[in-house]
Amino acid sequence: MPPDQNLERWTKIFVYATSLMMLVNLYNIFIFVPNEASMGIIQRIFYFHVPSAFIAFLAFGVTFVYSILFLAKRKMWHDRVAYCSAEIGVIFTTVVLVTGPIWARPVWNTWWTWDARLTSTLVLWFIYVGYMMLRAYTGEEQRGARFAAVFAIVGFVDVPIVYLANRLWRTLHPQPVMMGGADSGLHPTMLKVFLFSLATFLGLYLFLLFHRLRLERTRLELDEIKRELAYSQQ
Amino acid sequence: MSELHKLLALIRKDLLAEFRTKEMISSMLMFALIVVVIFNFTFDPGSRATAEAGPGILWVAFTFAGVLGLHRAMVHEVERGCLHGLMLAPVERGIIFLGKAIGNAIFIFLIELPTFLLFSVFFNIDFWRGLDKLAVIFFLGTIGFAAVGTLLSAISVNTRTREIMLPILLFPIEVPVILSAVNATAGALAGKNWSAISGWLKLLAGFDLIFLLVCFVTFEYVLEE
Repeated sequence: MPPDQNLERWTKIFVYATSLMMLVNLYNIFIFVPNEASMGIIQRIFYFHVPSAFIAFLAFGVTFVYSILFLAKRKMWHDRVAYCSAEIGVIFTTVVLVTGPIWARPVWNTWWTWDARLTSTLVLWFIYVGYMMLRAYTGEEQRGARFAAVFAIVGFVDVPIVYLANRLWRTLHPQPVMMGGADSGLHPTMLKVFLFSLATFLGLYLFLLFHRLRLERTRLELDEIKRELAYSQQ
Repeated sequence: MSELHKLLALIRKDLLAEFRTKEMISSMLMFALIVVVIFNFTFDPGSRATAEAGPGILWVAFTFAGVLGLHRAMVHEVERGCLHGLMLAPVERGIIFLGKAIGNAIFIFLIELPTFLLFSVFFNIDFWRGLDKLAVIFFLGTIGFAAVGTLLSAISVNTRTREIMLPILLFPIEVPVILSAVNATAGALAGKNWSAISGWLKLLAGFDLIFLLVCFVTFEYVLEE
């Protein structure tokens, strides 16, 4: 378990930095960046939608790595990091699933369509909500951690497969703008705003993770104290 | 005893236990048939909608009944401490996994044939048409389903909400298997040739390989005390 002061310091750093960046980010998105030609004002949701998706993947990636670490080394702390990161990942996936239809309605004239990106994102959400339910219903801590780690590994391996399978269907979702084909790419200003927004979301993720870990650390300590108390009273 | 002998002994044990009572197979089969019949109410028989929804209905019946079987098979092991006995036996955890998965696949297979027979009667489908292709699709689909199902049933059986936890965990993970199985089945039922559905079959085989490998490796972490 890392010392509390360390977590506290990082939490503080990220809360100040992220708050400041959020203000700048909002200014950027709503005032600074030019309107997109074909979609108009609704395109600005892009700066929330896409960074959330990136961060959700990052969060689940962290869960995957720490699940493997937990199975290899059996340190409770690795399991806690995996769990907290998955929790935040679910939140960001929810943001993606909410902002997507809001964007899709005026642009595609439909809230939802069963295409590759959308379906695989929804499946991703199902898998990790299942992960959290598994955590909640297993009861015993050590065993729950082991089960959750196994499920997180299978789940994370599954996500690219789902994506691959769904891709063979028709798709309405645009091709990737970043690192895509020859015609793709963003206007330089938009790219800057997007990257700044991505950094802001990354800061938010790290803040939430450190804060959540602090909470988890306190909980573990409290459990320990409770246990000692229970034994001493016997 | 070689690994193969151990594996065969495990499968034999599961089959023997089931064929003495037949309670799992019969309840799975009844359930699958009821699912097909209920979906039958949704469409006019013989209409185009039926033909389009048919493969999906078939796989819904298989997966629903499959989940029931997977759960029962693992509950049998946990009740009366059979699983502890298995864990004490000098057998690799991976072999236990393979034994259970193959046993489960056989049970699901056994209900697929009569279900498909009834399905083709209710939905006016020529039973013999594309049966060779369907056999391959059912085989590959069942393998993928049983592999992940065996791993996750071993997990879910230890949770407080046992029987509801399994489908919640299993179905999202199985999406690629079900997706390609349904598409391949649709192709086979529509009378397409092998090359037309080979893409889906390759995908299905690929999923099976990946899932078998991942489940084989991770199963030992599930069975631990």
